[in-house]
Amino acid sequence: METPQTGEFALIGKSVVIKGELSGSEDLYVDGHVEGKIELRNNSLTVGPNGNVKANVTAKAIVIQGKLEGAVNVSDRVELRKTAVVTGDVTAQRIAIEEGAFLRGKVDIQKEPGKASA
Amino acid sequence: MKFFRSSSNQTATPAVPQKLTRRSSGIGEISRLLNSEEGLCVLDMGSTSASNIRFFTGKGHKIYSEDLLWSSLDPALRIQDSAGNPVLDSKKFLDENLVYPNARFDVVLCWNLPDYMEESLVKPTIDRLWSVMKPGGFLLAFFHTRDAGPDSICYRYHVTGTDLLEMQEVKFAPPGSPASEKKSPRLQRVFNNRHIENLFRDFASIKFFLARDAIREVLVVR
Repeated sequence: METPQTGEFALIGKSVVIKGELSGSEDLYVDGHVEGKIELRNNSLTVGPNGNVKANVTAKAIVIQGKLEGAVNVSDRVELRKTAVVTGDVTAQRIAIEEGAFLRGKVDIQKEPGKASA
Repeated sequence: MKFFRSSSNQTATPAVPQKLTRRSSGIGEISRLLNSEEGLCVLDMGSTSASNIRFFTGKGHKIYSEDLLWSSLDPALRIQDSAGNPVLDSKKFLDENLVYPNARFDVVLCWNLPDYMEESLVKPTIDRLWSVMKPGGFLLAFFHTRDAGPDSICYRYHVTGTDLLEMQEVKFAPPGSPASEKKSPRLQRVFNNRHIENLFRDFASIKFFLARDAIREVLVVR
């Protein structure tokens, strides 16, 4: 996945270090270091190949190419690309994992409301 | 028990990674449990497998992924005993791995871990698994028969059907090492049936399934 055009995404570049709580109402691309908490309830997060996130993440969707340590709570879809290294529990409606991705933690697939199995 | 520690470092790795399919009686038994109950907790101790995550979550169960063989290769675990011999620190290993509340798991997929893991870690790991499994929970492990040699390929297993597995050769670099140092884990030893029974002596029951590919599947009930 290419680095997104700024304007479509908020971008945290690879030389940027952020410690604390991040929240917003636009999609976010992290290629730097974030430590703390990320909340993007109606938007998506992409952790780029250089990204290193140590945070609990709440988002609509997440694509991980780099490292993420923390609980991931996503209302829609999680994608782990082949270079992803994830340590933490993942809760989502859907998950896609490429061959080579590393995951250490629980995967809990929550059915979409109204589509829950009987 | 037959050990392979003194064997050469040459590997019989084929040039092209193989993906083979095999039927598994153990997975067949576990599938029956998965189909009859809801919301089970499964621990997969192999390399991260999208197939396994899809298979178990697709049936409404939770899956935990923890690659213990890879974790056991962490150079930080190497210490010396009182006689100066190199050993692995099993206490540190269990402080950092398999850290779950007691009686968490209904199913544990151990795969071929005991055959490839360093000797000093095997029994402590099985004891920890006993603690984190629910009474009545299933553990599936694969053991090589005595016909296997030290260059037997180490496979990871992808569940692709109710009694079907896809086997893929494992190659990885130890934690903290560059990807260029990827290699296949080597078979450490071959357990006989008595050793396997001793290994799981605290469990309630044990069932052996013999296969044609120099593998015994062992299904243990906690």
